[in-house]
Amino acid sequence: MADIILVVVEQREGKLNRVSWETITGAQAIAAETGWTLEAAVVGSGVGDIAKEVAGKKVSKVYALESAKLEPYTPDGFMAALKPFIEQKQPKLVLMPHTYQVRDFAPKLAAGLDRALISDAVGYKYEGGNLRFTRQMFQGKFAADVSFVGGPPYFATFQNGAFRGDQVVQGDAAAPVETVNVDVAEGLVRNRPEAPFVEAKQAVDLTQAEIIVAVGRGIKEQKNIEIAKQLAEALGGEIAASRPICDAGWLPMDRQVGSSGQTVAPKLYLALGISGAIQHVVGMKGARTIIAINKDAEAPIFEIADVAVVGNLFDIVPPLIEEVKKAKGA
Amino acid sequence: MSGYIRIGDSRFETHITRPFPILPPLIYTCRFHGMRSKRSVKCKEPLVKILVCMKQVPQKDAPLKLNEGGTWIREDVSYEVNEPDAYALEEALRQREKHGGEVVVITSGPARAQQVLREALAKGADRAIHLEGDGFVTLDAFNTAKAFATAIKDESFDLIFTGLQSDDYGFAQTGVILAALLGWPHATIIMQIEKSDSGIRVKRELEAGFFQFVDMPLPALLTIQSGINKLRYATLIGIKQAKNKPLKKVSFDEVKLTLGENLQKIEKLYIPQKTKKTEVLEGPPGEIAKKLVDKLRNELRVI
Ligand SMILES: Cc1cc2nc3c(=O)[nH]c(=O)nc-3n(C[C@H](O)[C@H](O)[C@H](O)COP(=O)(O)OP(=O)(O)OC[C@H]3O[C@@H](n4cnc5c(N)ncnc54)[C@H](O)[C@@H]3O)c2cc1C
Repeated sequence: MADIILVVVEQREGKLNRVSWETITGAQAIAAETGWTLEAAVVGSGVGDIAKEVAGKKVSKVYALESAKLEPYTPDGFMAALKPFIEQKQPKLVLMPHTYQVRDFAPKLAAGLDRALISDAVGYKYEGGNLRFTRQMFQGKFAADVSFVGGPPYFATFQNGAFRGDQVVQGDAAAPVETVNVDVAEGLVRNRPEAPFVEAKQAVDLTQAEIIVAVGRGIKEQKNIEIAKQLAEALGGEIAASRPICDAGWLPMDRQVGSSGQTVAPKLYLALGISGAIQHVVGMKGARTIIAINKDAEAPIFEIADVAVVGNLFDIVPPLIEEVKKAKGA
Repeated sequence: MSGYIRIGDSRFETHITRPFPILPPLIYTCRFHGMRSKRSVKCKEPLVKILVCMKQVPQKDAPLKLNEGGTWIREDVSYEVNEPDAYALEEALRQREKHGGEVVVITSGPARAQQVLREALAKGADRAIHLEGDGFVTLDAFNTAKAFATAIKDESFDLIFTGLQSDDYGFAQTGVILAALLGWPHATIIMQIEKSDSGIRVKRELEAGFFQFVDMPLPALLTIQSGINKLRYATLIGIKQAKNKPLKKVSFDEVKLTLGENLQKIEKLYIPQKTKKTEVLEGPPGEIAKKLVDKLRNELRVI
């Protein structure tokens, strides 16, 4: 029997989370290189349509793991669905997107099967029959090639943006869909989640901004936010921030850019003293031009910057404000 | 106590739940800590015993260098507490202030990691456990969770808090696996914790500005997100008192037998390859400012 790669796609409230396509793209690439068979699974209640949607891609089979008790999502419910399924199917590799939901259950699932989970991988390498996953370490300052020890199943999750969801390969014909009715024992699910909600309405919509000046912890003190505001004002742009700045209350939450804040795509994103952690980068990498000022030449933000200024922001920003004003006045 | 499953047991289906007041919900004596530790006061609130898992990681601004083998960083850097763990500790202290009880902190790592525990004791934690040894540094999340589970097997906590992930490995797994090993329910990326009739009600952060409340029974494990509260500083009195608070050491040998082989291995650590062409601007600040404005005006046409 051929080795199987199983992708567990993510659905929330009956909709496929698009980031699942990225995982399938990655899995298709691994399948092409290794010759392993690619299958997918979706877990929930009434997920037949999602399974069909996935079956349109180049996969050999899609399983719909069904039970009314799988909605809403709980880690206990997903464990009850996936653990016996994986024990029975014995896939070689189980791949998932590194979403908040997957972070919530995947470590429990892998540990429950006594196996390792390589979390938040940004890519893979297949050389000489060895499969390794690349992941970021030290907040993106280093990358590591990580291999599995012991036998399968091997679990890995892919970081948002690791592969391109729009490059997922379509199938020649729809793959078969098999429904697996899951038995979730009474009383097994302990958490009782309520419906997701958004906190008070955002007062600022950064998604429409053409120019964004964003500050990070490099700004050091609350009072220094002022110079960033002056620069934003001179440029006619909006001020934004990384999470620690909003956590500290130096700027309101609705100024936060990143995975737990807003996702922006301005013409210009000027990052001042931001290191470039992935959770920030996912929120701004769509900017047309990224200019980063950071005193650390190795800061991960420079990997995605179009223009890198290595230096002290407190030396560079004041003359920059003056030059911008001059240019605008001229 | 009977609430623990055998370490390494992979069934994880054991469900032991306790209602919030672990002691009978009568009026009983609760000990307060620190300055008032010799005094007893009557209080109606239930006591809650919380363990906080904390990790020492390289300081955010520390310039990191690879070791010769390219397998790990050179250890001659400055360290600090992993940021979300600091928030986890703060949350535990606040819960204790509300409900009474005890806050215990635990870490694993070489002698230097004791600093994290000392700081936590100075901020108000009651006692500390240090799994001390170089061997702990290279453990994967599964083994670290096993080591913690072993070290606390004779304790009975109501809540365990961990940071949601560490700034070094960034596994985001240790807490969840620890909950699984103990047979406890867990919830991740927590931004608020309240007591409820049947246990606790927590606010989970979801992606893109969404949140969700979850009711769960105790005991439970929560992974805490940065920003859940405002951090306190240690006071001078706190720092003084910390010296007399109990700090238990557990050696690598004491937990070794409950650990397995690491099931994932770092083959190589390296500086990531750049994927984008980046133009580097250099020179004195005034000159850089001019170059930038020239670019903004003539290339990007935003001014
Ligand atoms: C689940 C989860 C969700 C998250 N969501 C978000 C999110 O939505 N948005 C977000 O931003 N983060 C988020 N984070 C946090 C993220 O991981 C990082 O911790 C955060 O982005 C770091 O912010 P920073 O770059 O401002 O600070 P740091 O990482 O501390 O970087 C500060 C930078 O400033 C530079 N610097 C210091 N002084 C100067 C100076 N004088 N001049 C120039 N440069 C200087 C330093 O070299 C450093 O690179 C999330 C984390 C998790 C785990």
